[in-house]
Amino acid sequence: MNVSPFPGDSRPLLEVRQLNHAYPLRRHKLFEPRSVLKVLQGVDFAVRRGEAVGLVGESGSGKTTLSRMLTGVEKPHDGHVLYDGSDVWSGTPEQRQLFRRSVQVVLQNPRSSLDPRMRVGTSLLEPLRSLKIEGDHAARVLEVLDQVGLTKSAMERFPHEFSGGQLQRIAIARALMPGPKVLIADEPVSALDVSIQAQVLNLLKDLVRDLGLGLVFIAHDLSVVTYTTSKVYVMSSGKIVEVGKPLDLFRAPKAEATQNLVAAILTVELGLSGKAFA
Amino acid sequence: MTSSSGAPAIEVRDLVVTNGEVTAVRGVSFSIPQGGRMGLVGESGSGKSMTALALMGLLPMGWSTRGEVLHDGVDLAKLSDKALSSRRGRTLSMVFQDPLSSLNPVRRVGDQISWVIRHHTGVDKRTAEHQAIAMMTQMTLPRPESLMRAYPHEISGGQRQRIMIAMALACYPQLIIADEPTTALDVTVQKQVLRLLNAAVSERGSALLMITHDLPIIAAMCDTVAVMYAGRIVEMGPVRQVFRHPRHHYTRGLLDSQPTMDNFALDGTSRLVSIPGMVPPLHALPDGCGFNPRCPAASDRCRTIMPELTGDTLKSACWHPIARVDEVAAQ
Repeated sequence: MNVSPFPGDSRPLLEVRQLNHAYPLRRHKLFEPRSVLKVLQGVDFAVRRGEAVGLVGESGSGKTTLSRMLTGVEKPHDGHVLYDGSDVWSGTPEQRQLFRRSVQVVLQNPRSSLDPRMRVGTSLLEPLRSLKIEGDHAARVLEVLDQVGLTKSAMERFPHEFSGGQLQRIAIARALMPGPKVLIADEPVSALDVSIQAQVLNLLKDLVRDLGLGLVFIAHDLSVVTYTTSKVYVMSSGKIVEVGKPLDLFRAPKAEATQNLVAAILTVELGLSGKAFA
Repeated sequence: MTSSSGAPAIEVRDLVVTNGEVTAVRGVSFSIPQGGRMGLVGESGSGKSMTALALMGLLPMGWSTRGEVLHDGVDLAKLSDKALSSRRGRTLSMVFQDPLSSLNPVRRVGDQISWVIRHHTGVDKRTAEHQAIAMMTQMTLPRPESLMRAYPHEISGGQRQRIMIAMALACYPQLIIADEPTTALDVTVQKQVLRLLNAAVSERGSALLMITHDLPIIAAMCDTVAVMYAGRIVEMGPVRQVFRHPRHHYTRGLLDSQPTMDNFALDGTSRLVSIPGMVPPLHALPDGCGFNPRCPAASDRCRTIMPELTGDTLKSACWHPIARVDEVAAQ
């Protein structure tokens, strides 16, 4: 299988341990005690350098909440988020600063995650500015544009001038600007056309290999996840219910949630066989 | 499928949809027999949704059509808004992508279904409600009597889409147009909704025009498929033939860029085939074949002269079609 180009580096780069989190629900009566929705229950999750990890589950299973914990957007009620071995929420400001620039996100829809009134070049500089990263910014922009397969001319243009696939490359470029070690991609191709999806998936795969990035790939489409990752976590009702290599998992799913996801797969061949709805 | 006697459920001849500046649909012709099912595949910007809206007479302001849309003995393209409105929901109806934005948020879902029935058939309120409940039962909605009283925001996305399908099918239309009916739904409910749509369409003998970018859905639901690119149909024919032995390079590319469990991932080095470049914007369509800038086989002729759709059962619009393989396997 996948031989990691970074052997010996088996220590997790980004890890969560025994994460619990709940959101309060609306009261139905004025003095009723608030009930809570347990969105994460005892979640363990880890990603290593040069490793692409998938996270799948139905909507409402807690995938997005977990990604909010991994990126430090939200603080868990209980449990630990560790970056490079140190706790993100109890570390020093320096450690926190390092974590902030080392973990970056790519969101689902680049049309809404890029500022429509900002030139692409300016958008790319934003992370460096907000993270107060020094250095030759112009050179960095060029380097990153090259990594995602775009030319220099992209800098002067506005988001509406690009197609969906190009915009998602720009969003990936922006995430790469601060030189992250871990990329968290939340449904990065589900808003894209089929012929473009492949381009973006191939790019993510290349980045993992060439830059040794850790990739957390959140998606609901199992075939896309299988293509991109070497290990998959399946979530259901706030718990990790199954972990394994994608093909093993999907050929012989054990947990009910995995079985449901596998049963939902529809391929051209299955459709043509006339057994799609059997 | 049911027999295809008499006139087709819909016949589109040389449909053009334009707003004066750009042309989204550039001469599209197809026909669907009674009870037939056609898939219309294409990426965003290919003109597939504009084709659907043109058939329904629901184009946005400023857009107009040329060509003929023959349905139930009339040319829909020439009907007045009022005449068209009396047909929508009765002889032809549409299921939209996002049920939350196409249902009325301030009316109970049961009332919305029974309104369609009363409006078109003139039955009394109680009968309409009974029919609505029967429809919802068929759509396997839980406790339909109480769900009738729910507002759209109170039910799940899958339930909302099943309500939409119930509304679209309530008057036994000759033709149902479904525009990406499951794209907004969670994967695990997609297949269930498709299965219900499939069964309900079969039972009524309605014709179906399924518009989607998702090839597996077409493979599972349709008998024929038309592949659209840059406002034109580039390939059309029986689903099995088009998907197994496409002759157009765009269709081949679409099929190859489908990630499937079987053809990769055994080793970590496999790569998906992708079509280079992107769909051209409407205001900058290339001369000749719309696909030529992305096509591996493009020649000078492709860059200057637009190929016409030709062929018998499998029609394709390509100057350099992929060689026809022995078609024994096609059936």
